[in-house]
Amino acid sequence: MKLILKIWRQNSASERGRFVDYSLSDISPESSFLEMLDILNEKLIMEGEEPVVFDHDCREGICGTCGMYINGRPHGPDELITACQLHMRKFSDGDTIVIEPWRARAFPVIKDLTVDRSALDRIIEDGGYISVNTGNAPDANSIPVNKEHADLAMDAAVCIGCGACVAACKNASAMLFVSAKVSHLALLPQGRIEARERVHKLVARMDALGFGNCTNTGACEAECPKGIKLTNIARLNREYYRSRIF
Amino acid sequence: MTKLESKIPDGPLEKKWSNYKATQKLVNPANKRKLDVIMVGTGLAGAAAAASLAEMGFKVKSFCYQDSPRRAHSIAAQGGINAAKNYPNDGDSIYRLFFDTIKGGDYRSREANVYRLAEVSNNIIDHCVAQGIPFAREYGGTLANRSFGGALVSRTFYAKGQTGQQLLLGACQAQSRQIKQGNIEMYPRMEMLNLVMIDGRARGIIARDVITGKIERYSAHAVVLATGGYGNVYFLSTMAMGANVTAAWQSYKKGAAFGNPGFVQIHPTCIPVHGDYQSKLTLMSESLRNDGRIWVPKNKEDAEKIRKGEIRPGDLSEEERDYYLERRYPAFGNLVPRDVASRAAKERCDAGYGVGNTGLAVYLDFEDSIKRLGKDAIEAKYGNLFQMYEKITDDNPYETPMMIYPAIHYAMGGLWVDYELQTTIPGLFAAGEANFSDHGANRLGASALMQGLADGYFVLPYTIQNYLADEINTPRFATDAEEFDAAEKETSEKLHQLLNINGSKTVDSFHKQLGRIMWEHVGMARNQDGLKKAIELIRVLREEFYKDLRVPGNLNDLNPELQKAFRLADFLELGELMAMDALNREESCGGHFREEYQTNEGEALRNDIDFAYVSTWFYKGDEKAPEMVKEILNFEAIELKQRNYK
Ligand SMILES: Cc1cc2nc3c(=O)[nH]c(=O)nc-3n(C[C@H](O)[C@H](O)[C@H](O)COP(=O)(O)OP(=O)(O)OC[C@H]3O[C@@H](n4cnc5c(N)ncnc54)[C@H](O)[C@@H]3O)c2cc1C
Ligand code: SF4
Ligand code: FES
Repeated sequence: MKLILKIWRQNSASERGRFVDYSLSDISPESSFLEMLDILNEKLIMEGEEPVVFDHDCREGICGTCGMYINGRPHGPDELITACQLHMRKFSDGDTIVIEPWRARAFPVIKDLTVDRSALDRIIEDGGYISVNTGNAPDANSIPVNKEHADLAMDAAVCIGCGACVAACKNASAMLFVSAKVSHLALLPQGRIEARERVHKLVARMDALGFGNCTNTGACEAECPKGIKLTNIARLNREYYRSRIF
Repeated sequence: MTKLESKIPDGPLEKKWSNYKATQKLVNPANKRKLDVIMVGTGLAGAAAAASLAEMGFKVKSFCYQDSPRRAHSIAAQGGINAAKNYPNDGDSIYRLFFDTIKGGDYRSREANVYRLAEVSNNIIDHCVAQGIPFAREYGGTLANRSFGGALVSRTFYAKGQTGQQLLLGACQAQSRQIKQGNIEMYPRMEMLNLVMIDGRARGIIARDVITGKIERYSAHAVVLATGGYGNVYFLSTMAMGANVTAAWQSYKKGAAFGNPGFVQIHPTCIPVHGDYQSKLTLMSESLRNDGRIWVPKNKEDAEKIRKGEIRPGDLSEEERDYYLERRYPAFGNLVPRDVASRAAKERCDAGYGVGNTGLAVYLDFEDSIKRLGKDAIEAKYGNLFQMYEKITDDNPYETPMMIYPAIHYAMGGLWVDYELQTTIPGLFAAGEANFSDHGANRLGASALMQGLADGYFVLPYTIQNYLADEINTPRFATDAEEFDAAEKETSEKLHQLLNINGSKTVDSFHKQLGRIMWEHVGMARNQDGLKKAIELIRVLREEFYKDLRVPGNLNDLNPELQKAFRLADFLELGELMAMDALNREESCGGHFREEYQTNEGEALRNDIDFAYVSTWFYKGDEKAPEMVKEILNFEAIELKQRNYK
């Protein structure tokens, strides 16, 4: 395949970025999107230019490290996958592909396609856990969990913290991410004990970190590579409401 | 000669760990606050240990190279975690888990460590449930189990195909709680490049801030390496792209011995290689072997036609298929241990029965299970894996069998540690995949998560106190000591050297060359000539690397090529040691298969008289050969036998 790439190049947070065009040929449709970028970088290095910096690690859709807009969509033009799982067979010979970093106030650009998503970790630090010390636990089967709840908790817990929901949202809200953690823990009996306090703290921290408000546009759900559902936001709202009136 | 002290406690096997805990030294709460621990790594082992130590009151500094601790490669583990709960009431016990692990490791691990691992396995499940890990459940609300290779019981707990992710998030959340409480200082995107020793003890590290490129110094009373495995020495593996051996290797060069470096695991069920631009291999969880049947065509002509695309697998009838694992190993069938399954696949493909366009693939077929259980049941169990497979290969595994081939997956070898998880450097500990400890020559499925969390939650937080108890009068260290100066200088010179070669070849092109040498000669089947050749080839490649490498960019910047170059420099040394270790071990055991040593049926032929030991390597200088010291393995509880999965 032959491709034209328009890639956002930016040296640091304080400098201004711009799009730079690159052309590539002989790309196999079987290669992954990041392998295509590897090929570009090998070429740039051999030509004495600086390679494009992008974040990635597991390359199998689970670590949440990769993430970029590809033709205007977080993680690119395929459903339920991360950028590293995208394959070139989704494109056609001669395509122009536009590649940009996440754009959100809470995710400043570090370099090229790499952004700082540590704000997501700050939110979890404020209560995205069950407060239990090692060594205190009773026998695992002494806490039976309704299977349906366990499955729903699992569906929420699969969030990989990639930030695509924030990037997709016109308000740059982290509501889907926060609701996934709130739901995962609130659905389990072990997590109920701190549920009220937790939802309050996480939402407050999200606001303080510069993420926007949720106005229920649903763009996050549409772009989430792990299929985290908007129903989690509804659950968060119920939890939040409950935590206020009691 | 160097002596190794494994510090295995006295007493009968079942009492050793409780005896140890009853008599070890402890640190009182007021003193804990005065003691610092550096934790390099935030995978299961590192995050669990950091959280537990911080809960106890120690001050921890945690490091990882990713942008967030939650992205450590433990996140990628799919299938599950073992424990001896015996919830299915199928006859499991601590002893049986212990026995299976020793046998699965082909009798090359330490009895006392493995017994302790089996003993604490149940506490792990209890703790993880209390943390809110959403394990799979039965309709009655109790925990569900499944089977993994090398066991006749169902003892594996799982959270769909994302068990590692869930366990890691649990550990990282516990770590977050301690960060919030001020007991852990978290340093993401900070890569350890050197170990600092003062008066023969580990006292700190040199790390590079990946974003700014700045070299930083950190001190502590003890240093723990939980930096994962070194499978990336093969370039293509199931490891994360950034997984590396640097922390362990730099410590090796400071005096920490390396145990069994040649023992690596080749996982039988990975998506086959499809092109030379390929950057990594994707695992298809072993749990699939619960319901998938492995086969190749019975006739070479059919295999040939399949390779040419003239017929499809579905065109072959039952009689025309060879379910070779079921045929060769009727008792364990598709659930034989990984080393056995991998070799059997290679044997069939080498003999000309392989499928796929390269001929380096076998089928993993779900047709029977889908017929028996229904598509929905299969989807509920393996949905995310099937989706992952389809995204990569564009084939729908519900309709056509998956194609799989073995790939490098796990390092059983690693830093040598004693019973306390302490390396041969006082004050330097190693946990998780980074140490060599519990899996002998082959790891059983679902046992790495168990070991990582055992080390992190229940072993290291105790054993490290036995060391720290003697440190209560050591004040916090400043990082301006001359030892820090020297270590920083050494690292900085190395970085400059790599940047200034200005040659003509990229890091990846060297790495691919190393990978090919390792896979061909130090891979699934090894022999004396090949290993000798590998050592020569690696030396030549290393010389070329230092003459002709090209690293763009500069030092004081986010420079991934420089990070990769530093890591590869260490892999280029490790690869040679792995080949030396494999050459030294003139027997076949577990994942280490020496072609000269096999039975008439092609099974691994162990030599317990001469090789029932851990080969432990000490660095003696760049120009000198390393010294190999044997830790003789004494088997008291278990009788050494040839493994039999028939
Ligand atoms: C695809 C896959 C599937 C698997 N499935 C299973 C399974 O189902 N069951 C099972 O039991 N096992 C499984 N395993 C094995 C298991 O996941 C690993 O052995 C285990 O998670 C390793 O954990 P760890 O804590 O030792 O290291 P890791 O999780 O690899 O963590 C290493 C940490 O060290 C850090 N680090 C490394 N080098 C440096 C450095 N120089 N400076 C700073 N930080 C550094 C990294 O940032 C990271 O935080 C699987 C492995 C893979 C690859
Ligand atoms: S909710 Fe989805 S999009 Fe948002 S961080 Fe989690 S996985 Fe990514
Ligand atoms: S690199 Fe891990 S999710 Fe893409």
